[in-house]
Amino acid sequence: MIITISYFIASTLFLFGLKDLTHPNTARRGTSLAALGMLIAVFGTLLHHEIVDYKWIIAGLVIGTVIGIPMGLKIPMTKMPERIALSHSFGGLAIALVGVVEYYRHAGVMGKVQIGTIGFEVFLGAVTFTGSLMAFGKLQELLPGRPMTFPKQNIITVGSIVAAILLIFSLIVLPTSYSAFNLLLALSCVLGVLVVLPIGGADMPVVICLLNSYAGLAASASGFALNNMVLIICGALDGGSGFILALLMCKAMNRSFSNVLFGAFGSVAAAPREAATAEKATVRSGTPEEAAKIFKAAKSVIVVPGYGMAVAQAQHTVREMASILEKNGATVKYAIHPVAGRMPGHMNVLLAEADIPYDKLIDIDDINPEFPHTDISLVIGANDVVNPAAKTDTASPIYGMPILDVGSSKLVMVLKRSMNPGFAGIDNALFIGSNTMMIFGDAKQTLLKITAALAAA
Amino acid sequence: MSSSITGLYIFMLAAFLGYQLIQRVPPLLHTPLMSFTNSISGISLVASLVAAGANYSVMATILGTIAVTCATINVVGGFLITDRMLKMFRK
Repeated sequence: MIITISYFIASTLFLFGLKDLTHPNTARRGTSLAALGMLIAVFGTLLHHEIVDYKWIIAGLVIGTVIGIPMGLKIPMTKMPERIALSHSFGGLAIALVGVVEYYRHAGVMGKVQIGTIGFEVFLGAVTFTGSLMAFGKLQELLPGRPMTFPKQNIITVGSIVAAILLIFSLIVLPTSYSAFNLLLALSCVLGVLVVLPIGGADMPVVICLLNSYAGLAASASGFALNNMVLIICGALDGGSGFILALLMCKAMNRSFSNVLFGAFGSVAAAPREAATAEKATVRSGTPEEAAKIFKAAKSVIVVPGYGMAVAQAQHTVREMASILEKNGATVKYAIHPVAGRMPGHMNVLLAEADIPYDKLIDIDDINPEFPHTDISLVIGANDVVNPAAKTDTASPIYGMPILDVGSSKLVMVLKRSMNPGFAGIDNALFIGSNTMMIFGDAKQTLLKITAALAAA
Repeated sequence: MSSSITGLYIFMLAAFLGYQLIQRVPPLLHTPLMSFTNSISGISLVASLVAAGANYSVMATILGTIAVTCATINVVGGFLITDRMLKMFRK
């Protein structure tokens, strides 16, 4: 009874916590409410009549806390996508293991619904586990970030999914076929790898959201199997959240789920690259000192950050430069594309970390009308999200994707390492535009030089 | 069977409510939203605790303990980093 009440209180607190997360002013309170809910649920569970031995529970809680604290407090904000991917994999593993234990304990006496949900739970949990590890490996560059493909890949992937579903059905028919269960577990682990292999760096936001969603659905499935309402509710919230975010990301790229998952985006664009090499001659490049002179006269600046800013860890330098510009009387705003970076909201977090007030971080729909009366758009390590091909070139893989309309500002400055195309492997006509000035080099170093030149004057 | 139907009702209502709430989370807070939902999905901890402490079998205890560890990492780390991020957002 106490357990049921504790789960009820926890569920209520989670919902209120999520509601508070809809506004930056209340969001921290929401986190505290949810953490309190979690604490209540855990203490309630410790009274469970089946628990007879606390020593391993305590061991797990202590080890988890010891690892969890640095994962919460020490990891730099630029590593958020990697961290989120890793924690999805922990979540997937935990839920899959719970399913395995539950299956081996009760397989003989399970009803059809229960065995079906356990199969589903183990399937999704294992896919999330290995899939998220793959995503982590790609983000951390332990694995190549580009899409990896092999012949008949999509057929093999779809075939594996079908096989996994058939295995779940066979378990419903014959719950005690342990070999079918083990095969399902192994196949799901392989499938997680297969699903993430063909996905390129630029599509990571969608994949991370989808894995988030799978982890939630797996938790819900375990709630059905254990008849535990708080698991069903949390799983539904987590699964729904991941799904909504994935949809938003797809919309922001004007692409469908299937295109992201099976398209192996970016592996095809190798051919047209040759043509553009010839045009490189028309690139107008400048030095940081020249840039500083232009900035001194600017009245309005919009900063357009991309993944390159995260890689260069340039967010603090951006803020320093912006402070000087603002002291000179210029307005500085920040244009945030939904898929800039490697996860939803990536740029917002980095800029907030650098103490930039959040009312200056402006979403694509609100900032685009402002570009035509802006003196300078400063593009820092962003590429696809400012590529005009999305509007003009029907043959481009990103055609139709909403972009930040930097080209309509008076001057575009692009900080970039080199003329290499971005993760999507597509050339960008913006870089050879007549009102574009390229400043090559590490974004952070370039910004430091511009800031120094501005401060010296 | 009837408890699964109750579960379905709960799932449907929670998913609907979650959908309505999450749509109102501004893009500004999407990364904290992900780490928040990630930490509350660490609620699988409650199932892991039973698996680790019920003395079913040696294997169940080992797997359960690993599950408790993983879920605890997500709960502790998830809430800490969500709060750490949210602290940074100021007007």
